[in-house]
Amino acid sequence: MAFTRRQFLKSAGAGALCLTLAQFGFDAGEARAYAASLKIEGAKEVITVCPFCAVCCQVICHVKDGRLVSTEGDPDHPVNEGGLCAKGAALFSMYSGEHRLKKPLYRAPFSDRWVEKDWDWTLDQIARRVKDARDKDLIEKNGRGQTVNRLESVFSMGTSHATNEECEVIRQHMMGLGVVHIDHQARV
Amino acid sequence: MTNHWIDIKHADVVLIMGSNAAEHHPVAMKWILRAKDRGAELIHVDPKFSRTSARCDYHVPIRSGTDIAFLGGMINYILTTESWFREYVLEYTNASFVLDDSYEFNDGLFSGYDAATRTYDRSTWKFKLNADGAPLEDRTLQNPRCVINMMRNHYSRYTLQNVSDVTGVSKEDIMKVYKAFVSTGRRDRAGTILYAIGWTQHTVGVQNIRSSAIVQLLLGNIGVAGGGINALRGEPNVQGSTDHALLYHTMPGYLAMPLSPWQDLETYQKNNRPVTHVKNSTNWWSNKPKYFVSQLKGYFGDKATPENGFCYDLLPKLEPGEDYSYAYVIDKALQGRMRGGFIFAVNPPGSFPNVNKDRAALDKLDWLVDGELHNSESSDNWHRPGVNPADMKTEVFLLPSAHRIEKEGTVSNSGRWLQWTAKAVEPPYECRSFGDMYVPLFNRIRELYRKEGGRCPEQVLMQDWPEKFEPIDWMKRINGVFWKDVTINGRTYRKGDCVPAFGHLKDDGSTSSLCWIYSGSITEEDGNKSKRRDPSQTPEQAKIGIYPGWSWCWPVNRRILYNRASVDPDGKPWDPNRMVIEWKDGKWIGDIPDGGGKPVNLGGPRPFIMQTDGMGALFGPGRLDGPLPEHYEPAETPITQHPFSSQLTSPCFKFLKSEYDLFASPADPMYPIVLTTYSVTEHWCGGGETRNVPELLEAEPQLYIEMSPELAKEKGISNGDGVLVESARGTCEAIAMVTVRLRPFTIMGRTVHEVGMPFFAGWMTPGTGDSSNRLTVGAYDPNTTIQESKACLVNLRKIDKLTEIAR
Repeated sequence: MAFTRRQFLKSAGAGALCLTLAQFGFDAGEARAYAASLKIEGAKEVITVCPFCAVCCQVICHVKDGRLVSTEGDPDHPVNEGGLCAKGAALFSMYSGEHRLKKPLYRAPFSDRWVEKDWDWTLDQIARRVKDARDKDLIEKNGRGQTVNRLESVFSMGTSHATNEECEVIRQHMMGLGVVHIDHQARV
Repeated sequence: MTNHWIDIKHADVVLIMGSNAAEHHPVAMKWILRAKDRGAELIHVDPKFSRTSARCDYHVPIRSGTDIAFLGGMINYILTTESWFREYVLEYTNASFVLDDSYEFNDGLFSGYDAATRTYDRSTWKFKLNADGAPLEDRTLQNPRCVINMMRNHYSRYTLQNVSDVTGVSKEDIMKVYKAFVSTGRRDRAGTILYAIGWTQHTVGVQNIRSSAIVQLLLGNIGVAGGGINALRGEPNVQGSTDHALLYHTMPGYLAMPLSPWQDLETYQKNNRPVTHVKNSTNWWSNKPKYFVSQLKGYFGDKATPENGFCYDLLPKLEPGEDYSYAYVIDKALQGRMRGGFIFAVNPPGSFPNVNKDRAALDKLDWLVDGELHNSESSDNWHRPGVNPADMKTEVFLLPSAHRIEKEGTVSNSGRWLQWTAKAVEPPYECRSFGDMYVPLFNRIRELYRKEGGRCPEQVLMQDWPEKFEPIDWMKRINGVFWKDVTINGRTYRKGDCVPAFGHLKDDGSTSSLCWIYSGSITEEDGNKSKRRDPSQTPEQAKIGIYPGWSWCWPVNRRILYNRASVDPDGKPWDPNRMVIEWKDGKWIGDIPDGGGKPVNLGGPRPFIMQTDGMGALFGPGRLDGPLPEHYEPAETPITQHPFSSQLTSPCFKFLKSEYDLFASPADPMYPIVLTTYSVTEHWCGGGETRNVPELLEAEPQLYIEMSPELAKEKGISNGDGVLVESARGTCEAIAMVTVRLRPFTIMGRTVHEVGMPFFAGWMTPGTGDSSNRLTVGAYDPNTTIQESKACLVNLRKIDKLTEIAR
């Protein structure tokens, strides 16, 4: 493998910093001490892909003790070369704060509130709804007597946020129920 | 994309049309600017001046929905000035094919139109045949019914005057763009066209892109470095989700969805295996049966046998001509024909068109399952402004989903690169990946069928389905595996081993693959190629920015599609300085060549291997609304006639007929202003995700409407005023942004104003405003059923009291 831009920066960065600052009369020792206290010091680097547009910039996640401490564009990536847009640059905030959903929620018919539920209950309830709908509505033969095994009363929308592997899971799951109303952001 | 992000830098001219790359694909803009650094001319043709325009050599404002007029004029210019790339066009396109005598075009309509169904019988859109049954060709082009001669005639109406009258672009600006872009019709020049949903979201969306394909074929720009037609795809894995067909009309890998008349596997295969009578055409799709049987084997595993037609019976079958897309889902839901549904990481009541209809339609569901990061306008539709939850019957299950860095797997970028995304942290709280929701859910449904029985339980139970979701397991299912031990070129593969490439897929049940184009992405030899990070290049690869060792690209790591057209018939690059592939010492060097085989002059195949007859399609009979692009006005148009024909709007565009599907009439005095909609850099599409991120919301806190100073003056509106925007379908509040970024157009001799609005706002984030898609129109491209979000009609007025937006 060739010497990457990142490896170059890693080996040359500290030296260049010292040289530059020394020329201006700074104490390089202080700079080194500051560098040592960076929040990513000792963090594990995990490379992921930005979850927004289809440029699919690669992002380095710095993880310490299982906790995300920083995100930045991957300088080695031949497309984004370390760059990210405003959304990509704000990626860290996607994972901090209290804005995310935390547990499965259920809203009963005609209710004015959400109720927290556990996954087992939730998945069992959904499975029940799906099976009941399929058993009522599956069209095994069309008007011309042709076998069609099609369920028209349940739909699936989404999603381009899924990984390729998840897309195939969703596709096969829906097809395995006979669902034909399948669509997502590619069309919208 | 035919090419890839880095390749944009090799263009001599970059035409950006239907895209605002700088704001919506900011990192891509870097590669556009690299082209500029190398001396390229950058052109932005778009209704609105934006940051893209600011970095281009010039911006050409154009009225929304008139791209075919503009490009039709360019085709006319290319043909009348004989600026087309003669050798390329003759050797590699169907320019010399002779059209059948039954094909006609009269006053905006092609032969075979049926006004009652708004569809074409396409049987006359065909070529004359020679004695072999192959298309009759006349390479002298003397026959007046040669495609290129018929095109001369067709586009002769696209005069400078007519184009200018309809588009609102001055004749000088039109000529400036034509001359610049057409300069690339030489072997030593390359031009690229970059588009996004500014082209697709029209009732003529597909034909917009067809127009660009014709331009690029005429100029010899397809297959070459710095050329191509490059869709700047938006969504994070929309390339992959399209490849894997989260869509009703295809199976993964662009195989046909079974239709009811195809009752058995043999009939399906017969109807989907193209046959060519051209001797030197690869006709790659003749391999479809292998890919389809391997797909069935992937779905049904051990249960799929030759004897039971590989369980073909258990695939759902569509009715021919029926549309099962989202627009029809919503319409059927509104009619009470949907019991329930799954909405995952998409937000129909915010980012789909005509959302008042979508919101009312969701009210009719018995149940809804929503997988999301946050509460959204979808999950919380039952308590939206103006409704009483006590009246809302829908039961909602809201599932907290894991975000990108909390799960692993692959995603595909717009240049078809398959990249691994590793899990950095565990999903927080009780969040789960979609895989960890759907795999156990289907297992529970299967358990119910095992216990209780039910309708056609085989469809559910015969699926090859795992206990748990393992991304690598699914990556292998997609790539494909052998189902028996085989020896290929001296190497033995065991049952369960990954197939090395789609060339090894078989139609006998000995291989499986859920999506053939991804075959070769994970192999016994090289492991998981999406993880590759080797930046090394040969000098030739460095010259055209190809990194074959970085990630992997479908198909077969080919970085530039149709690259057989980048060489002359002897296999030498048209431009040696931009070599993509070259036939040297009896073999191809450079990128992975399209389909193998020798150069054309050595008896090799024609270059466009996915086309049945091997030639680039100037005349394209496969589309539903015409074999040649033709200008039609948007479904809602500010004019009553145009000079190209008396057919005002597309004769085939789709629409629905509910009480919510209302249209302004042509040049409607109630709605005289053209509206176009767009994203902003700081929010992701409808904003459901990014409105929850404080710094992004702070950067773009409220909905605005951009309008010209002339229109603002006419309406008595000042910058910062509250504005009510109204269409035939709904109203929307916005803050006035009075700006010269939008200019009044002169269309057919009179002034037409255009305004623009982002669509990131939603009522779930109080004070930002609510969706501008309450205004947009449910009019759809007949080929794709993509909506016309980029052009509709509105009116607007100043209001003093705002209820949707915080001041």
